[in-house]
Amino acid sequence: MKKHLKKIISIGIVLAVYALVIVLVQSGALSRHYQSLLVPIGINVILAVSLNLTVGFLGELTLGHAGFMSVGAYAGCLFSIYCDLPTAIEFPLALIIGGITAAIFGVIIGIPALRLKGDYLAIVTLAFGEIIRSVITNLDFLGGAGGLKGIAKYKSTASGFTTVFVVLIITVIVILNLVKSRHGRAICSIRDNVIASESVGINVVFYKLLAFVTAAFFAGVAGVLYGHNLGILKPNTFDFNKSIEILVIVVLGGMGSITGSIISAIVITLLPEVLRGLEDYRLLIYAVVLIAMMLLNNNPKFNTFKENIKAKLRPGKKSAAENASVDINATANVSENAAEKEAE
Amino acid sequence: MEFIEQLINGLNLGSIYALMALGYTMVYGIAKMLNFAHGDIIMVGAYTLSVAMATLKFPPALAIIVSMAVCSLLGIVVEKIAYKPLRNASPLTVLITAIGVSYFLQSLALLIFGSNQRKVDSVIKMAPIKLGGIELTGESAVTIGVTVIIMVCLTLFINKTKTGRAMLAVSEDKGAAQLMGVNVNKTISITFAIGSALAAVAGVLFTSSYGFVGPYTGSLPGIKAFVAAVLGGIGSVPGAMLGGILLGIIESLSKAYISTQLADAIVFGVLIVVLLVKPTGLLGKKRMEKV
Amino acid sequence: MALLEVKNLGITFGGLRAVDDFSFNVEKGQLYGLIGPNGAGKTTVFNMLTGVYKPTAGGFTLDGENLTGRPPIEINRKGIARTFQNIRLFKDMSVIDNVKVGLHNGKNYTIAEGIFRLPRFFKEEKELDQRAMELLGVFGLEGERDVLASNLPYGKQRKLEIARALATNPKLLLLDEPAAGMNPNETAELMDTIRFVRDKFDMTILLIEHDMKLVSGICEEVSVLNFGQELAHGVTTEVLNDPKVITAYLGE
Repeated sequence: MKKHLKKIISIGIVLAVYALVIVLVQSGALSRHYQSLLVPIGINVILAVSLNLTVGFLGELTLGHAGFMSVGAYAGCLFSIYCDLPTAIEFPLALIIGGITAAIFGVIIGIPALRLKGDYLAIVTLAFGEIIRSVITNLDFLGGAGGLKGIAKYKSTASGFTTVFVVLIITVIVILNLVKSRHGRAICSIRDNVIASESVGINVVFYKLLAFVTAAFFAGVAGVLYGHNLGILKPNTFDFNKSIEILVIVVLGGMGSITGSIISAIVITLLPEVLRGLEDYRLLIYAVVLIAMMLLNNNPKFNTFKENIKAKLRPGKKSAAENASVDINATANVSENAAEKEAE
Repeated sequence: MEFIEQLINGLNLGSIYALMALGYTMVYGIAKMLNFAHGDIIMVGAYTLSVAMATLKFPPALAIIVSMAVCSLLGIVVEKIAYKPLRNASPLTVLITAIGVSYFLQSLALLIFGSNQRKVDSVIKMAPIKLGGIELTGESAVTIGVTVIIMVCLTLFINKTKTGRAMLAVSEDKGAAQLMGVNVNKTISITFAIGSALAAVAGVLFTSSYGFVGPYTGSLPGIKAFVAAVLGGIGSVPGAMLGGILLGIIESLSKAYISTQLADAIVFGVLIVVLLVKPTGLLGKKRMEKV
Repeated sequence: MALLEVKNLGITFGGLRAVDDFSFNVEKGQLYGLIGPNGAGKTTVFNMLTGVYKPTAGGFTLDGENLTGRPPIEINRKGIARTFQNIRLFKDMSVIDNVKVGLHNGKNYTIAEGIFRLPRFFKEEKELDQRAMELLGVFGLEGERDVLASNLPYGKQRKLEIARALATNPKLLLLDEPAAGMNPNETAELMDTIRFVRDKFDMTILLIEHDMKLVSGICEEVSVLNFGQELAHGVTTEVLNDPKVITAYLGE
């Protein structure tokens, strides 16, 4: 019962968020600037959630996510430029082609790179990302440094948002389901203790690759969405700074927390817009916030402070939850509350 | 003839990479962290030099000393404020903080100096040296010479002085070093100071060879210096020198004979190949995990 | 034929002979002890038997099959599971998930079936849940199923590690100092549990232990290692009273 209720609530929230954004867009309540950020937010969520699979759940530091994004973007967008199918068929196909191409690169890069650990893996994935970027710049049929032009754009803000939103939901569901399966547990076990994983027969090489390639797939899909939002792809947008930006989103949102990644992607993408009035100081503030967040999260005093606040907030929250559930099932609730209070 | 000139170009560039890579490697050895902001220290060094010479009209020698002092101080302050509280944090947290510091320095430079690149006069006023048909510019001669001298001094410093041996001890085992009476905090500060001073020298040599500085000047060379450090075996001082020089030579030969645009790709490709063959770099030590 | 036959096993680390010419047999259903002073090479033997290290001499067979030098994953699938001297749990995972990782290879649903939540996923996950709870029940850990492994008290962490090893359905279980850090009461309880595991799962157990009460209490046979070489082996009571063994432990 409880599980189903949770599911229904999640679906409700998702639909409500979607409806709210569409209403805001159609009524013109959202400024043009904010409207233009809707698709980038969705894309960053997809990138962050997928990178979290490798960084948060597998526990391996990779700095080449932008590389996979670019490979997918170019493959998918090239397909939609040269293909003449109805959009309803062509676009999903482009997404899949982008994803699969990125995944293939994930396999090619992952097999050698994943033998390395920690900082070495980070630098090698960064190197691969930069190699991909240099090579794309040198390929004329991909538009070179000038960029790949003529990619069909979304018809409207609403249709762009709808597309990205659907893909985002699929991404989150796939990654959540993967994590909460025997395969996902194998991935998390590698993060916690590789030697123990091997000792219970987990194929460490395979599951590392699985997480890495799945993340690459969704980065590729995000790349295709990105290309169709701008109508042009430039290799320099996919440099290591883009990879770092996604990594920052994941770390700020919390390693291994999908919800955290989603919230963090929204906040970080909106931040420049929110700080628009401060123009010149934007980057500086971003840097300071980043450092401060890292220092605070590691400050024992701040952590106890945070726990205290959480504890103080909890009674209030609980009573709200109680009120909500009373409406649904009054009798079952009474006994549950009693049990909870006793436990405290 | 052209080949030898390209080789000299490579040595010049490689010397600068090596100086930067030394900073990465020393800090990594001691604090076990990737100091992503190290490249930006070079930028700070170059700006300081330029301000000292052009605005304050300092003589070049004094300007260089000021630049080194400013960078050393910056290195110490950054370590105290941003990295020290994170000694026991996960490597990822430290990495993100270092990235934050890097962004901070870049945006600060952007605020103060604007986004345009600033021209810097070369501090090296030496006539080119002609050897047979090969011309060695004053900049190249000084860069290579200075780097060799610094490397010799640094090696002697680490192996022969008390402070140097303390650095080795801390990099081996922080706890044990402390028990043996080594002042760990001081040693780490000194390491950051030396690494940053070397970065300042790299910055001075870099602007002398290339003639400009901008807020992002340190970013890509920083990454490449880091690649050099990893290539040579991170944590190893001779490794950083070897890695830096190799990287510089590979880069300038690729630019001359293969493709200017693909040079970076080739450099990164070499790193990948080396790490796949020797996962801890050319001169890195292999550590086995105890089960 | 014995379940585990170890013949002339040896390994050198950079010239240092850590284990040399070591042989012993463990019969099916036996509780066998491996004892010796610190640094004698006991854990190194375990590491060779589980594929963490490759022996440089000799080898071993399980059920007649030569597994010498095979990778850890394969050795585990062939039927050897272990615990570690310095506990290695999946510390950021729940207690039950730790056991479920051990059960991983016992289930067959594919990645696609997991992602799309097809019927076999639900069926097998339910079985996983039941089996994991059964195993936790053996060690009295049912109540802590959703606790993070790192939050368990020390003694329970050791038990969880045994439960996880058993989850891989091994023929032979290797326990590396299972009683380390336990008080006498906990050790006594652990002895009962080990015996229970042997009887209930029809298990063969090879264990390293310093607690002589435990060794003499449950091990039928022991081998003594000293400086990487066998000092004595045989029936537990006899070996423990051997003057050579006593000297090795207590010194001259």
